[in-house]
Amino acid sequence: MVWLKFAAMIKFERFTLGNGLRVIVHVDKSTPMAVLDVIYDVGARDENPEQTGFAHLFEHLMFGGSVHIPSYDEPLQMAGGENNAYTTNDLTNYYLQLPAENIETAFWLESDRMLSLAFDENSLEVQRKVVVEEFKEHYINKPYGDVWHKLRTIAYKKHPYRWMTIGKELSHVENARLQDVKNFFFKHYTPVNAIVTVAGNVSVEEVRRLAQKWFGDLPPGQKYTRNLPKEPEQTAPAFLEVKAPVPLDALYKCWHMSSRLDRRYYIADLVTEILGGGASSRLYERLVKEQQLFSNIHCSHFGSADEGLLYISGRLVKGVKMADAEQAVSRELARIKTEPVGADELQKVKNKTESMMAFEDISLINRANSLATYELLGDAELMNQELQSYQSVTVEEVQKECAAIFVDSNCSTLHYLSNN
Amino acid sequence: MISTPSNAPALDRTIPPIIKDAVEFNLTLQPYQKRTLSNGAPLYYVNDGTEEVALVELVFNAGNCYETKNMTASATSHLLKNGTKNKSALEINEHFEYYGAHLNRSCRNEIASVTLHCLSKHLTVLLPVIKEILTESVFPERELDIFKQNSIQQLSVNLKKCDFVADRSIDQYLYGAQHPYGRVSTQADIQALTRKDVLDFYTDFYLNGSCQIFAAGKLPQDFEQILEVSLGDLRLHGQVPPVSYLTAPSTQKKSRVTNDASGVQGAIRIARPFPNRHHPDFKPAMVLNTLFGGFFGSRLMSNIREEKGYTYGIHSILENHLHESAWVISTEAGTDVCEATIAEVYKEMKILREELIDEEELLLVKNYMMGLTLGDLDGPFHVIARWKSLILNGLDDQFFYDYIQTVKTISAAQLQELSAKYLVPEDFFELVVI
Repeated sequence: MVWLKFAAMIKFERFTLGNGLRVIVHVDKSTPMAVLDVIYDVGARDENPEQTGFAHLFEHLMFGGSVHIPSYDEPLQMAGGENNAYTTNDLTNYYLQLPAENIETAFWLESDRMLSLAFDENSLEVQRKVVVEEFKEHYINKPYGDVWHKLRTIAYKKHPYRWMTIGKELSHVENARLQDVKNFFFKHYTPVNAIVTVAGNVSVEEVRRLAQKWFGDLPPGQKYTRNLPKEPEQTAPAFLEVKAPVPLDALYKCWHMSSRLDRRYYIADLVTEILGGGASSRLYERLVKEQQLFSNIHCSHFGSADEGLLYISGRLVKGVKMADAEQAVSRELARIKTEPVGADELQKVKNKTESMMAFEDISLINRANSLATYELLGDAELMNQELQSYQSVTVEEVQKECAAIFVDSNCSTLHYLSNN
Repeated sequence: MISTPSNAPALDRTIPPIIKDAVEFNLTLQPYQKRTLSNGAPLYYVNDGTEEVALVELVFNAGNCYETKNMTASATSHLLKNGTKNKSALEINEHFEYYGAHLNRSCRNEIASVTLHCLSKHLTVLLPVIKEILTESVFPERELDIFKQNSIQQLSVNLKKCDFVADRSIDQYLYGAQHPYGRVSTQADIQALTRKDVLDFYTDFYLNGSCQIFAAGKLPQDFEQILEVSLGDLRLHGQVPPVSYLTAPSTQKKSRVTNDASGVQGAIRIARPFPNRHHPDFKPAMVLNTLFGGFFGSRLMSNIREEKGYTYGIHSILENHLHESAWVISTEAGTDVCEATIAEVYKEMKILREELIDEEELLLVKNYMMGLTLGDLDGPFHVIARWKSLILNGLDDQFFYDYIQTVKTISAAQLQELSAKYLVPEDFFELVVI
């Protein structure tokens, strides 16, 4: 069954200041709130391999006071606002939401910290400790917490995706110095490398005026040109076995896939949904329910700007041999490569995508984040074109993409075994 | 390209822009529409928004408090999707997923929900299958076996996590192991579940159960009619079955547990009993809680994270229970700074007991809370969630408006008095799990 799909178009306007700062405005008069999102074109992939975890540590330091404003959070809270930020391998995103009446506070705060940070030694000292605790909480003190640290190093030999955003190791975070921090700021945190997105109960004229007032006189900075080591094509399967004090064995397999804007990305995304996107997905139904080889199983991918990894991961039922689990996964991959997926099966995952987008667009913050991210990828208008890209994928393309991705020479495997 | 006019005044970046204090906003809670279905089940809904999406949540009085054997309520809730007379688990999942819809179920202490998220245009094809699982679920033996096996395995992984263990333990201290809020399930409990347990529970609390329905979104014109047709003849009654709560807090106030000798962090829980929303202290305590540990600028965060760097995050909350509640401070901190963290928590309590908050900080907390609430009233899903919480707690929007009044008018002296009454270390349980 195919029905007409008209995804709600997200309307926006776009302009650039004299110093190269890109500004996007999405007006929504139905909300009392306004969101200001600042995205910087720097992520973990842009780090020095001897100083990883820096982009993320730096994100923390952005809250330690800017050159004219000793505290970022307090004036925002006083204005009835809240904020958050995140760093990925590709980008760093800061966003806040506040009553629309107080939007100018957002411009004041964000422009000052784009101008310059306070660069406080004490702030660096404290945030180093905080990030060390974050590292422990998520990656050291949790069962299976170090899986991706390990898997990335065998899947990537050259490309910076070989390390995690949190950092390759704790010592890199612990050894960060203030001078490195300053260098990082002036290289990446500049108007010409940033995009400001304003969404909510605002007007385009008001945003133009405020953007010019607060950001207009910032020096542009040097445009950052990315020149990352290219990952050579993988020619043989990679493998690692780890033994750890975990109760159950787990299997992780990953394959290289296309970059974000390649048409093949959309096909691969739908493949992950067909294989592991819910309780009716193939891996779940066959391997968890029918064969009871796994107690849980997932299939997903990085969603990264550069060529990312598509992965299957799952915990084996106690007593199941790893070889049997591997064989079962192989059988499913062989099936999807040799037999075309059903028309309904493909339609299902397209419908899921449409529904997911509709639910995401409810949130003003999500709309602002998406517009910012797509603009960073090259064009905010992509937001309104994505659904069409998914909907045009054919059964033949799915089969072809599976045949290309799921080959042994493209595969890295981690056996994470219980040492009990 | 835009150029700056040459006669513009120089910008002074040290001066904040003028703000409107959110504490002066007049916040209103959008009313719901109500329809009582022909079987007596009340339907509360908010029809609004831009995206053509819908949420329908059926809230049954089928929570943990009604089970006579551990895990029965949550197993029944989970297995609702795992087979009816005419559809297998796969067919049920295929049906919802084909339409890009999500059918979730969750089991809490008093209530268990079945929640549908879908594009509004699919309500008519999805609701009948919800009716089917609420009237014809068969709980196949095989599905139960897989559920038991995988739950046991999931539990074994969770029990390695210091925060998971701490969360279970602190509730046991607060309420006692026989209380619905304090009871925990073991692997033996899961193993002991039978199909009969689940079928009986289903019969008593779903087939012959009581239910309230909450819905929101950009709904079709004939939404009430659609609900009536799909769900109006479910065999429901109006009575909420009685619950017995045997509150028996632990006599041991302080605990140190080593769950993992090689752990690099400890999960700290410092908690005391607290009355539920009906108590006059609850609303003022919501303000005090925000100041103390309820937002990024709180006393706890400012000290223990932003000054000392002991943790990635520390929070305090008033637990979201119906019958009675607790005030809980919670964090994961490096093992070598756990004791120091606890000392700082008590130090912050002392400051609140002994020193009046200054006017500026008080205004900041008020503005922050009002701004947050404003954002939290935005859109039909937020509005219905707030109404659901009020209704399930036996409250109406008077509670909301009184809460706003409290935020606007509470004084430094009142906050200090409340701290002196409740933020007393001797009244708290103290637990560290490494």
